[in-house]
Amino acid sequence: MKKMICIVCPVGCHLAVDDNHVVQGHRCARGEAYGIKEVTHPTRLLTTTVRTTSTLVPRLSVKTREPIPKGLLFEAMRVIARVEIDHPVKMGDIIIKNLLDTGVDIIATKPLDLRYNERKDVRR
Amino acid sequence: MKTDMLVIGGGAAGLAAALAAADPRYKIMVIEREPMLGGILNQCIHNGFGLHVFKEELTGPEYATRYVDAFLAKGIDYLVDTTVIDIEKTDDDFVVTVSGRETGLKTITSRALILASGCYERTRGSITLTGDRPKGIMPAGSAQRYLNMDGYLVGERVFILGSGDIGLIMARRMTLEGANVLGVAEIMPYSNGLTRNIVQCLHDFDIPLYLSHTVTLIEGRQRLEAVTIQAVDDHFQPIPGTEKRFEVDTLLLSVGLIPDVTLFDSLKLTISPVTRSAVVNQFLETSVEGLFVCGNALHVHDLVDYVSDESHKAGLNAKAYLERQDKVARDEHAIIVADHIRYVVPQMLDFSRLDAPVELMFRTTRKAEQAVFKLVQDNQVIKEKKARYVAPAEMEKMMLDPQDLTGRGPVTLYMEVVKP
Repeated sequence: MKKMICIVCPVGCHLAVDDNHVVQGHRCARGEAYGIKEVTHPTRLLTTTVRTTSTLVPRLSVKTREPIPKGLLFEAMRVIARVEIDHPVKMGDIIIKNLLDTGVDIIATKPLDLRYNERKDVRR
Repeated sequence: MKTDMLVIGGGAAGLAAALAAADPRYKIMVIEREPMLGGILNQCIHNGFGLHVFKEELTGPEYATRYVDAFLAKGIDYLVDTTVIDIEKTDDDFVVTVSGRETGLKTITSRALILASGCYERTRGSITLTGDRPKGIMPAGSAQRYLNMDGYLVGERVFILGSGDIGLIMARRMTLEGANVLGVAEIMPYSNGLTRNIVQCLHDFDIPLYLSHTVTLIEGRQRLEAVTIQAVDDHFQPIPGTEKRFEVDTLLLSVGLIPDVTLFDSLKLTISPVTRSAVVNQFLETSVEGLFVCGNALHVHDLVDYVSDESHKAGLNAKAYLERQDKVARDEHAIIVADHIRYVVPQMLDFSRLDAPVELMFRTTRKAEQAVFKLVQDNQVIKEKKARYVAPAEMEKMMLDPQDLTGRGPVTLYMEVVKP
């Protein structure tokens, strides 16, 4: 039996899901589906940053393009920590392809313009 | 330098206002104190932004980039690395003193002014924290900036006071970066954060949330060494014997946000003691003609999407002000807030120009599972709206149509609780 609060809508039903994936406490079908997914294959979108060689923008914000299995979050952080960006990127560019064989890429969530190093040219 | 419209702040509010006002007839300029546009969104790297405006879920930097790109494409003037020092109102203009990397000290004259300067976090000084005064105690948003912008993790063993969303987001963020977050204490019997953040930031990482608890002792000579929390009674007084001590090097505070309107100090305008910002009418115009306020500088919003919507309106209204030839004789009356309503924005209705529906944004003082919001004029309910799961942490909205009004008498807004 696993207890949780449903986050599908603002009501916040208290759910209980047993070993046979029977959900109790939900008030709608979406809540039931959430309860089952949370015990069978919970996933989360991971947002973090990677190091850059820029002095003005030392970190580039990134995210997994799709949610990844919840159990992989810390391993994913270790892989991402090894990356350093030394070239300009556009928002949406792939930073790590197929993270931990999940089939999900890590992508940039903002552009990185290395001219930021010369503060005269800051135009953003 | 002379402009028609000056926008102070290049974050979500300022960008939306400038974009809405953009017009080849007018010279518009945005002033941003940071080296880049986008404001606080740049450090909010988590997702959950944009569901209303873009109908998709974006991270903060993605949301900011969309607005920045649109803004740059319009070719609107802006200055970064520039801060506003003073605002002075003359008969027809605002004289704004700025200090910037490129400009040095300079005055800019402008006919209209939009203040979109955001909000700041309450610090240790604004709450009561007894004990030593070591380093290692800071607002959660400062820690967020150090980590997400500069790549610097401020501590390894962390406790968080206050369950606002920034604190919850930082609990997860610091955990993922390798810190050990020992708990979150909230003085109220319920959390101020979104349920989604309670679940995904605390439950996911088994971080305990201590409701009806507060920090009662700080220990540490140089660096923070320990905090003690205690349960509080119904009057928020610590209950002896409930002490729990945590050895931590960092205490993050997530105890509220306050509109940053220090620039108003030199202007004579009406301030609301509740929102701690200017009183505005339905055009988001202050008691000083031509001065508009929007975004978190006006009142703290739940969602950036609402900031963008509100600021868009402020931009259009400021442009209408530039277009207007004659002075307006205002006929303003306050919207009175009664039972269970903490504040409403706009606070004033200008009946002389009430020709379009007005969106009322307000917060309640209590939770309710079912409630009805009612607008009353001349002892008559002129409009009502049913609501479910009302909470002080969630901003409510209601439309007031000019046709709803029975006259120019005072309008009162209150909440009737149907089911607590």
